[in-house]
Amino acid sequence: MADKCILLDHGSGGLASQELISSLFVKHLDNPTLRGLEDSAVLERPAGRLAFTTDSYVVDPIFFPGGDIGMLAVHGTINDLAMRGAQPLCLSLGLILEEGMALDDLERIVVSIAACCRDSGVPVVTGDTKVVPRGKGDKIFINTSGIGVLADGIDISSKNAREGDVILLSGTMGDHGITIMTRRAGISMQGRLESDTRPLHRLVQRLLEGLPGGVRTLRDPTRGGVATTLNEIAANSGLGVELREEFLPVRPQVRAACELLGLEPLYLANEGKLLAVVSADQAETALRIMRETDEGAEAAIIGRMVGGKAGRVVITTPLGGMRMVTPLHGEPLPRIC
Amino acid sequence: MISLPIPRHRRIGVEILVRGIVQGVGFRPFIYNLACRFGISGTVTNTGDGVVIRAMARSDRLEMFVDALEHHPPPLARIVAIEQRPLTVPLPEGSFTILESTAGIAATTAIPPDIAICNDCRRELLDPGDRRYRYPFINCTNCGPRFTIVEAIPYDRPKTSMKVFPMCPECLQEYRDPGNRRFHAQPNACPVCGPRLFWHGRDGKMIACDDPITAAAAALQQGKIVALRGLGGFHLAVDATSPSTVATLRQRKDRPDKPLAVMLSDINTAEAHFQINDEERRLLLSPEHPIVLLRPRRQGRLAAGLAPGIDVIGIMLPYTPLHCLLFAEKPCPPALVMTSGNVSGAPICIANEDALQRLATIADYFLLHDREIVTRVDDSVCRVINGRSRLLRRARGYVPAPLTVPWPLPPTLGCGGGLKSTFCLGRDRSAVLSQHIGDLFNLEALTFYTESIRHLQRVFEITPEIVACDLHPDYLSTRYAEELSLPLYRIQHHHAHAVAVMAEHGISDPVLAIIMDGTGFGPDGTIWGGEFLRADLTSSTRLGRLSPLPLPGGDRAAIEPWRMAIAALYRLFGEDAFSPALLPPALAQIPADQRQAIVAMIRSSFNTPLTSSCGRLFDAVASLLGIRQYMSYEGQAAMELEALAAGSASSTWKNELLAAQSAALPRALVTEHEKMEICSEKFVKMIVHALHKGENPGKIALNFHFQLIRSITELTQRLVDQTGIHRVVLAGGCMQNRLLLEGLLHVFRHHELEVYTGEAVPLNDGAISLGQTIIGGLQHVSRDSHESD
Ligand SMILES: [Fe+3]
Ligand SMILES: [Mg+2]
Ligand SMILES: [Zn+2]
Ligand SMILES: [Zn+2]
Repeated sequence: MADKCILLDHGSGGLASQELISSLFVKHLDNPTLRGLEDSAVLERPAGRLAFTTDSYVVDPIFFPGGDIGMLAVHGTINDLAMRGAQPLCLSLGLILEEGMALDDLERIVVSIAACCRDSGVPVVTGDTKVVPRGKGDKIFINTSGIGVLADGIDISSKNAREGDVILLSGTMGDHGITIMTRRAGISMQGRLESDTRPLHRLVQRLLEGLPGGVRTLRDPTRGGVATTLNEIAANSGLGVELREEFLPVRPQVRAACELLGLEPLYLANEGKLLAVVSADQAETALRIMRETDEGAEAAIIGRMVGGKAGRVVITTPLGGMRMVTPLHGEPLPRIC
Repeated sequence: MISLPIPRHRRIGVEILVRGIVQGVGFRPFIYNLACRFGISGTVTNTGDGVVIRAMARSDRLEMFVDALEHHPPPLARIVAIEQRPLTVPLPEGSFTILESTAGIAATTAIPPDIAICNDCRRELLDPGDRRYRYPFINCTNCGPRFTIVEAIPYDRPKTSMKVFPMCPECLQEYRDPGNRRFHAQPNACPVCGPRLFWHGRDGKMIACDDPITAAAAALQQGKIVALRGLGGFHLAVDATSPSTVATLRQRKDRPDKPLAVMLSDINTAEAHFQINDEERRLLLSPEHPIVLLRPRRQGRLAAGLAPGIDVIGIMLPYTPLHCLLFAEKPCPPALVMTSGNVSGAPICIANEDALQRLATIADYFLLHDREIVTRVDDSVCRVINGRSRLLRRARGYVPAPLTVPWPLPPTLGCGGGLKSTFCLGRDRSAVLSQHIGDLFNLEALTFYTESIRHLQRVFEITPEIVACDLHPDYLSTRYAEELSLPLYRIQHHHAHAVAVMAEHGISDPVLAIIMDGTGFGPDGTIWGGEFLRADLTSSTRLGRLSPLPLPGGDRAAIEPWRMAIAALYRLFGEDAFSPALLPPALAQIPADQRQAIVAMIRSSFNTPLTSSCGRLFDAVASLLGIRQYMSYEGQAAMELEALAAGSASSTWKNELLAAQSAALPRALVTEHEKMEICSEKFVKMIVHALHKGENPGKIALNFHFQLIRSITELTQRLVDQTGIHRVVLAGGCMQNRLLLEGLLHVFRHHELEVYTGEAVPLNDGAISLGQTIIGGLQHVSRDSHESD
């Protein structure tokens, strides 16, 4: 490729666009459906019900330890499908590029997307690229949509949580969020911080097979972190959530960075973790299944659903204090007077 | 008072209306006895407006009667007004009777606060001939539990937690006899019919003993921790003269430094250990019996470690009969730590089962009783500054007495702040400020908050039609307000501070409000805290401030003072700040990578809002002086800085302050040009230079106070000149600093200003809900009147 940067022409639909598509997207993401480059992908109708989701990705920096924006885009949509118990089938990929973005960077991202698709077995079957003038975007924005298929009888929803159910977290909290935050703050920490971005659909399939009927709710605690997601589960189920502080898995280096930056791991984004609400009698089985997988090796039981505190999330400290874990209005604001 | 144009010594009839705190305080029996003494016939009754007396007597007798009731009312009564008018229909001659209360009296009278044991009861308690000798629940109309035992209105025994103790014939007779001190004393009881004590071990099991009080005294003497069920909740008691016992309590409670309150056996013991002035003595012995912050004498025998780093200790005297009996036991130490019986941030326990379960990891023994505590009320805390009492925590003894304000308010709920939360119910000309509730992020405190709002609404029969809250979107009090679906008024934090003081003093005209505070959300999205406002009852304008400093890490900076010091140093000197020539030794001890991280955060504005907070400026100074870099409780660094400065202040420090005042202000602490700012960094510069000259930290700390006072005075004077407003209000958490407040008041005395501060209403966030209630209520009224125009 002669050009080093993305030009407005790359989004024109003309020859420059076609060259970009063939030299980059088809080259790396190649599969029979995509190869046709038709206006839409035509898919075989699978048995079962369909799950359909979409998500857009904007992140600064676009490359970070443990991943890049492309990985987030693939994993995020796969995970959103998985959180309803669906087996992901395929993805769409929409890119909005800023004029002047380095082509090498774009290629790195596309290569990374391709690797993620291969690893997870979920192809990109249709796509689109637009270019916006310099200053109207921030290097690259990605949208992915995904289709998945649900076996009959599977009903996973945050409405389904019941009193007494147990809450599991598939691994440590805040790894992705703190990795991005330390970069943004411009600090480097001792101890490696890296994003936890990874697909969770295989872990979900293992859980569904291992706990027939026992999985009530699955949610990936992305933006807003475990705290925000649990508040949504509490609100949707009309129940309360009780967490035990000492059970919450956090890497020591993540905790140290949080303390320095004045952030709470509970509110930090995760990109490769899930929260599972399961019936109490199957909690130990769920934990064992998770821990047998790579993505759930550090899974932990972190709390339970309780009655009488509708919509509230409370964390119990080892000394017996009970603190409210509330959703934030926006950025955390100081409140100590 | 209206004087009646009548010939002397004729027999006349008059109706007298007495307003104020005149119900539930033994007022009617007092009137009965007074009437008997002066040979007056007629009636007395409680009504919604107050106490109404209809009296017939010779005019001179009536005059004496009114004079006596005006000038020598019962100890707990507070008369606001006495109105008289002639009776048109003559009364039957002969007797004087107490009539049943009329309906609907709750609104203005509600429930009196809880009152310390009176001298009559104390005498009977220790009199072997009295039938209540050593009875720990003795009380009368002049003393005892009130608010803490009330379940519903009207305030009558069946609607209190005394309902399960039917009175024995003797008690009942006292209760019914208008001439008796226990006439209509709702909690009246005796050993035959009333509540009892129990002695339990930490395993929760009852321990058989002859006398739980004797057992408790012995345990305390042996250095044990006793959880003691009191009036408004549990205390944890230990021997305050034993350092090791105090250390054990601190360790078990995980409370490394926070000051512990101490109860002393009597005023003489207090005088022996503490410097006590007249106002402090009055407070210690007042019916409210608050905790008073006192300066220890050098030769005191109390344990070190009661209030590490602080030059005052919270002292109270025994206020229940149980306390009196405990101290009367020979083995009982003369000084007991009496700290709140709670676990990490939760409100104090009030129920036996709850305490047995949750305090088991702290207490060795439990002294329990079976009179249920309906409403939790902490000990009140006050400090005498400039000769006046300032309530730092308004609770037992003061709550729920309404505050009277000069403005009619619609039924309004003020939801308060975040950490030292209270709420407030306003209606007509009164505002009921709740007891101290605490940090609402604690689930149990939040539950306490919501239940108390319901309870006070019920007992005062106030159904809010509008609600006011802080601008801070994440305070749980704000969330609570938002869920009420009532017209909502969001009130700026420091405006609320100002109007709370205006409410206490009945000021309607605009004021210059100087609010030296920790943090409060500003309408511009930054964090305010050192503010000069032009404030009136419904609006405020920011005229000046402390120049903003970065707050690296948000709330982290409020518990790690070194962050504020780094922020200020970096602002002043850039990277040079960390050269050995500039960096104060205390900060050189902070690892370089941590300092660098703070700088990186400031540069990238990552989680580093700007704040004009005065509290954080105190933190920065405390850090630079090496006082502390990490806090274990809110306000610790600032309090220790004050103590360090006070230790260097001579007895004539106020004169020195005035003398310093006349010298030129060092290079523009108050920023020039139209920007009315006190330059926060300049203090830091001054301190760095003083440290390099090897000046003594105590002297530097005192000088910082002086310079801050000078800068505030200077800026205030400019604003007075600019606005023509001569009325000044001082408030905010930092004004609890004695040097700062006393110094400002002293200097302002020479400026021909009218200066007002919080006294009955806390200077800290305990007052926010009151300010919100007034502002929100009056904003609503003016909006309504505009709409109907
Ligand atoms: Fe405040
Ligand atoms: Mg998503
Ligand atoms: Zn009494
Ligand atoms: Zn009795």
